[in-house]
Amino acid sequence: MKRLTVNGMSPVDSLFKEEGKILWTVKEKLLLGLSPLDYIAQAVRNPFNWVLAIIFAVGIPVLIGRFIFGLSWVTHSSYDYPWGLFLGWGLFVMVPLSASGFMLGTTVEVFGRKDFHSIERLALLNGLLGYLFAVIFLQVDLGQPWRLVYPMFVSLGPAAVLFLVAWHVATYLSVQVAELVPAFSEWAGWPVGKKFVKKIVLGLTVAGIILSTLHQGALGALFTYAPGKVHPLWFSAPFQWFHFFCSSIFAGLSMLIVVSTLCKTFLKWRCDDEFLENLDRQTLGLAKGCSLALITYFVIKVLAIAHDNDWHYLFTGWGQWFVFEMVVGVLVPLALYATAIRNDSARLARFAALLAVLGIALNRLNTALITFNWKLYQEIPHWREVVIVLTVYSAYIVTYRFVLYRLPILYSWKK
Amino acid sequence: MKKHNRRSLLKGGLVGGLLGAVGLSKKAHAAGSFEGYKDRYGMLVDLTRCVGCRSCEAACNKEQQLPAPDKPFDDFSVFDEIKLGQKRRTTEKAYTVVNKYEVEGHDRPVYRKIQCNHCNEPACLTSCFVNAYTKTPEGAVIYNSKVCVGCRTCMIACPFYIPAYSYSSVINPVVKKCIMCYDTRLKYGRPPACAEACPRETLTFGKREDLIYIARQRIKLNPEKYVDHLYGEREVGGTSWMYLSGVPFEEVGFDTHLGTEPIINYVKDFLTIVPMVLTIWPALFTGFHLLATRKDAKKKEEKSNV
Repeated sequence: MKRLTVNGMSPVDSLFKEEGKILWTVKEKLLLGLSPLDYIAQAVRNPFNWVLAIIFAVGIPVLIGRFIFGLSWVTHSSYDYPWGLFLGWGLFVMVPLSASGFMLGTTVEVFGRKDFHSIERLALLNGLLGYLFAVIFLQVDLGQPWRLVYPMFVSLGPAAVLFLVAWHVATYLSVQVAELVPAFSEWAGWPVGKKFVKKIVLGLTVAGIILSTLHQGALGALFTYAPGKVHPLWFSAPFQWFHFFCSSIFAGLSMLIVVSTLCKTFLKWRCDDEFLENLDRQTLGLAKGCSLALITYFVIKVLAIAHDNDWHYLFTGWGQWFVFEMVVGVLVPLALYATAIRNDSARLARFAALLAVLGIALNRLNTALITFNWKLYQEIPHWREVVIVLTVYSAYIVTYRFVLYRLPILYSWKK
Repeated sequence: MKKHNRRSLLKGGLVGGLLGAVGLSKKAHAAGSFEGYKDRYGMLVDLTRCVGCRSCEAACNKEQQLPAPDKPFDDFSVFDEIKLGQKRRTTEKAYTVVNKYEVEGHDRPVYRKIQCNHCNEPACLTSCFVNAYTKTPEGAVIYNSKVCVGCRTCMIACPFYIPAYSYSSVINPVVKKCIMCYDTRLKYGRPPACAEACPRETLTFGKREDLIYIARQRIKLNPEKYVDHLYGEREVGGTSWMYLSGVPFEEVGFDTHLGTEPIINYVKDFLTIVPMVLTIWPALFTGFHLLATRKDAKKKEEKSNV
């Protein structure tokens, strides 16, 4: 794409072709205004697509195999570890990293910080796709995926935490779809949709905050069903939901910094000047939010240890692992964010964001998989399970990129 | 008729909460004194009597029409099986297993039968978001495979590591666990197959209340033979299956750190905040919005006044 833009090609960013008032057709819009041959040529030129092609070539047959041969073909069919990588990664890591949607929605729509406007849509998209793929990961993991709607309509168990997760993720998905309707309606030339969403955007955003608070917390609360199975340093019944909720704040914001950095680096041709010029300042703004959430998170983590009187565990092997997670995933990002804000260095904030994202991924995997059943034995995922996770995650990246190429997320639609 | 017990109250409270009423917290607090169905049955397992003959395993297999085991029931080499450092556990093919323990200072091995303990306040039941589990008035915790989605949260929640899952089934994988022979026996007041098959009267079937009395008597009459504890009387809120042992329970594989609180009590901290968030957040954040945008609103007003 870089080469094409240097040669004077400009991707679709308005309803009309430059010469006169001729509308782009849908096919042309989908191909970014390129001829089919040019489009394929640019796709083949991109080395990242080759990597993806290899992953899909191996992964898709394995993924299909899971639905033909059953879960025991792709996992270790463990009775002691009923939740493996599909949920450990796909649900417990994807969801907090997708908290950016409601965070930026709140910032812009509720707190009226219009100066974050140019990054809001990226945050919403990051949220929507993260949730969508969390559901897809869940579908891979469920024994009977075709019964996904059972907790909604067929047989209700409203006292269960998972019931809250199911309902809130489902409703929040539709909220996020609605929040992205404006971007789609601009692209599709369908102004009514945008007008309608504009009217209800405050309601949608507040609904987003409620649903997010509850389901981000509920993911943590799921583990309160298993006191004694998760290592005490990663488990605290009264604090668990709050730990998960609070960490989702900096997880979502840090993920947004990471994603926007990737866009700035690899999708520059698709970003408009407004996005690029504001990004450094916005990154530092997000960094401020992150550092506040990080310090809160650190304090409540320590409080939880004090509350449960778990200090002695800190001096065991698990304790070292815990300290590692807290230092690399919380304290170092916190210090880096603070330094970055002080020195006005967006670069440093970006590095801090990467660490925070990895830190939160480690925290969720620790809770769901690594320290789970700490008194029994360690489950090592089956290689096919790893392959499927990689495949679905690659599909997430492809979808992400597909939308970013086309819809006005990183650029404003020209009238 | 459906009895109005605490569990249905809890559910009602949460549904109310979802609709926006702050209703859960009070009801949840009444929890500690939950008595359960009064006339429920139970089983008393006396480990001092068990000789590890595996008759109960065989009877269960036959009664529940489970597939043939990998090794026949008279093959005692299964006692030496160790997988990932663990002795045998319940599987999709075996709802109950007997394990052998060599206890120091004890002249003969101790055998321990495991199966679903049929908790008074089952964690599997409260964690299930499609309501697939039922605690019947007879005391059994049964499972409805027709609504199960296969999320396996019940397996996460069970403190005894009992539910197994038929992972190998593609079309209809389901949870597999002891249902106390509910469909074929318990419903009619008959003892489960394992109890009937036991040649040593290790298993005593009866009303749970009576079993507690019997157990107490046994401890009282033979204080040197038994550890003074009835495992399951109060663990995780009490279970229908209870154990007497001649050796400390932790030495024969029991988790003695489970506490007496039902698992659901750990979850309540979260459940109580749900109605609060649902009711407080809208007002709070709309308020924030009005505060944050008050300058814009003022400007607008001034403009319209001009």
